[in-house]
Amino acid sequence: MPRIQVVPLLEIVRETPTTMTYRFRADLGGQPGQFLMVWIPRYDELPMALSYLGAVKGITVRDYGDATHALAAFTAGDRIGVRGPYGNAFRLEGQSVLAVGGGSGMASMIAAIEAFSQQGARVVTAAGAKNAEELLFVERANAAGEVHIATDDGSRGFHGFVPALADKLFARESFQQVITCGPEKMMYAVVGLARKRGVPIQASLERYMKCGIGICDACSLDDKLVCVDGSIFTGEQLAGSEDFGHFRRDKSGRRIPA
Amino acid sequence: MVDLRTEIAGVALRNPTMLASGFLDETGGSMGRVYQAGAGAVVTKSVGPQPREGYPNPTIVELDAGLLNAVGLPNPGVIEYEHEVKRAHAAGAVVIGSVFGKDAEEYAAVAAKMSTYGVKAIELNLSCPHAKGLGTEIAQDASAVRDFTRTVKDVVDVPVFPKLSPNVQDIATFALAAEEGGADGIVAINTMKAMAITPELKMPSLANKYGGLSGPAIRSIGVRAVYDICEKVHVPVIGVGGVGSGRDALEYIMAGASAVQIGTAILSRGLGVFNEISKEMASLLEEAGFHSVPEAIGVAHA
Repeated sequence: MPRIQVVPLLEIVRETPTTMTYRFRADLGGQPGQFLMVWIPRYDELPMALSYLGAVKGITVRDYGDATHALAAFTAGDRIGVRGPYGNAFRLEGQSVLAVGGGSGMASMIAAIEAFSQQGARVVTAAGAKNAEELLFVERANAAGEVHIATDDGSRGFHGFVPALADKLFARESFQQVITCGPEKMMYAVVGLARKRGVPIQASLERYMKCGIGICDACSLDDKLVCVDGSIFTGEQLAGSEDFGHFRRDKSGRRIPA
Repeated sequence: MVDLRTEIAGVALRNPTMLASGFLDETGGSMGRVYQAGAGAVVTKSVGPQPREGYPNPTIVELDAGLLNAVGLPNPGVIEYEHEVKRAHAAGAVVIGSVFGKDAEEYAAVAAKMSTYGVKAIELNLSCPHAKGLGTEIAQDASAVRDFTRTVKDVVDVPVFPKLSPNVQDIATFALAAEEGGADGIVAINTMKAMAITPELKMPSLANKYGGLSGPAIRSIGVRAVYDICEKVHVPVIGVGGVGSGRDALEYIMAGASAVQIGTAILSRGLGVFNEISKEMASLLEEAGFHSVPEAIGVAHA
């Protein structure tokens, strides 16, 4: 059984004004798109995507609440608990791939972008963010292929939302595979675009989680569990979903607008 | 062929494997899926009068011989929960509604509401070992078990199954009290109060410090509890605690249980566990010369 490992942080890197990467060694595997349950002692335990898969693992997290804010004050040598890896991985199929990332969603995709590139696929990344400063992992994506930028305020690249940028790229060339991660409304739009063009798409979803191992039912999406049936779902799976793009569950299990 | 059908206080089950409360039962989608995977019935997450978020994480710890949890009774409240029961019913599920509250009146109010959703029975969670200030601690007081059961019985038409705590000196006394209160069946056992500590951090592993232990570690405690209860009461018993195989289920049946509940074993065996355990039971019963589940109930008492 996977068990919790307590590990010291080796390095902490500020990626954007709101997003940090935490590096550590842990005796666990990990494939592109998988996540860990990360225990921030005295605060919370949260699902976080693996943004580095090598010997020195990495998680990249936006500071959005009490626990991630507490984590942002950690320094090298401070310890966290990790268990996993959990969830499925991106299927690395196709010779030409469009990766569409919004904000910190790039953290879940960057390992897949690199893995696609390493196996010889052409990877085009459409990376979006609120503004130029919030763009995440653009250099890493650039080293793996071609990068196009969209910012909400127009401070860099295309002035607008990343699905509109993705639509331009779809019009320009044909892709064999699309992967996406970001705010759910954004992914909903991207899934729609890919399905309209008949291109296979995989979307990495996020839901509130407690167990991470498929028993507590906190992260349910229709009759599926994001922690074990996902977190990556195909366009076919999402096409019939009542929840995707519309509803999520709060901590009590109430179904509320996404 | 062995007939796997069983029955508890008039509730007919296609097989004796039920989904235990607290696992994959916050949403109707998941309950429907568990039923379609082979469970004889599903028990809902324990539902209270108001939405409740539960405890902060970490809420679960995987241990060598089981699972420690302090999820803290998260639930959307009984009003919202109607949608989930409807959805489970739409998938064909036989649903038993688990309820809790802060006092007997609140239990009764939630149970009365739940019973209007078409659930086949009400399970009373009298025994959650990690929720403070709720009626779930009343399993420590036999007269309260009797009174709570009676208060609920007075307001619902479906069978009522109090779920008892193993964290007591003599569980059979509590089962007897429940029977005196009008219980139509007894569910035993809830989790054992327990703790895990993470030495590297010098602190308890759960945010709530204390939790409830489930899984193989508590199976023999559950079997003993069911055996003791069946010596004292006449109502049917549902056995729960560490059932992970057909053989484990048969231990409970032979101790006197009419059905078993399964939860933690979903972790090791997946949702196929219900079908697999049914098949394993059928084959073991056949080998032992039984033709049906009821023939085997309680035979270890002879």
